Amino acid sequence: MLESLAVLLLCQLLGELIVVAMDWPVPGPVVGMGLLFVGLVIRGEAPQPLVDTAQGLLGQLSLLFVPAGVGVMSHLTLLGNQWLPLTSSLLVSTLLTIAVTGWVMQRLSEPADGAGAGR
Amino acid sequence: MKDSVASLWVYLSATPLLHLTLTVCVFVLARWVYRVAGRPAWLNPVLMSVLTLVLILTLTGTSYSSYFEGAQFVHFLLGPATVALAVPLYRQLNLLRRHPLALLVSLLAGSLTAVLSALLVAKLAGASNQALISIAPKSVTTPVAMGISERLGGLPSLTAVLVILTGILGAALGPWLLERLGVHNPMAQGLAMGVASHGIGTGRAVYMGEVAAAFSGLAMGLNGLATAILLPLLWGWWIS
Repeated sequence: MLESLAVLLLCQLLGELIVVAMDWPVPGPVVGMGLLFVGLVIRGEAPQPLVDTAQGLLGQLSLLFVPAGVGVMSHLTLLGNQWLPLTSSLLVSTLLTIAVTGWVMQRLSEPADGAGAGR
Repeated sequence: MKDSVASLWVYLSATPLLHLTLTVCVFVLARWVYRVAGRPAWLNPVLMSVLTLVLILTLTGTSYSSYFEGAQFVHFLLGPATVALAVPLYRQLNLLRRHPLALLVSLLAGSLTAVLSALLVAKLAGASNQALISIAPKSVTTPVAMGISERLGGLPSLTAVLVILTGILGAALGPWLLERLGVHNPMAQGLAMGVASHGIGTGRAVYMGEVAAAFSGLAMGLNGLATAILLPLLWGWWIS
């Protein structure tokens, strides 16, 4: 458990260092996630303690968004000014993304003779 | 008596423990209500916790910075949790062996649609640059989206709320839309839910079957990586 936590923290630290050193606009923890992913692919398996620790952390993932989410209280004026562009963008973009992704995947994964059914 | 209550309050509000405890308790309560009510999307525990906490802090005249002194201990775990997303992504890797090309092309199409359509619609409706970059990663899983927003000068807290609303919208309307479009392939259904609505969409995809749920989870992880790489490039091009 502690070893797994050390691995996660080390990957994050390395990710943050790489981002600062290379001046990348990518978030450090995402680079850390990439590093761990590559490490697992090279190793060829995910060790059980790491799987357990990851599941433990990710099982409570939604709680971790709360403190940052509460920060909207500092941006209520911005929300008041921008609610129309924000809500219209949310609605249109979410529906469009679902439609495009689903439609493209269905067309590409079906054999050519089933293309008519994809419509 | 009144004095001792006042001094107790002064003591409590100065220690980080108060707001840490408050955060965890409000969340536990919100999750309980969500489960008891039968998990309706609009009762999302994160959204309800945020609303409740904002209300409590406003009523007690507490500033966000003094709240965050306690809540930062929870917030800090977001980094290691983001790294931990590599584990489920690795375990879903074998799904890529079925139709790898179709998967990657659809994923890229969905990822670009999510970012570009969000930017375009918001811009047309008159959004500021700060609002634009805060909404651009809305389809990506919350920890990654917040990181992207922060790196590019957005407001991570606004991003967190927009991401959750996107998840709720997709979970509520996605299955209906896919049905209308005649998308019956479970791989396509799962991919669409995961790319557009991250974990909340994946939670809904579980009800569309095992295949849809697995592809939704894979799509969520890969879309996080793809957007973290693509969005900084697109944003540089957009503002130039």
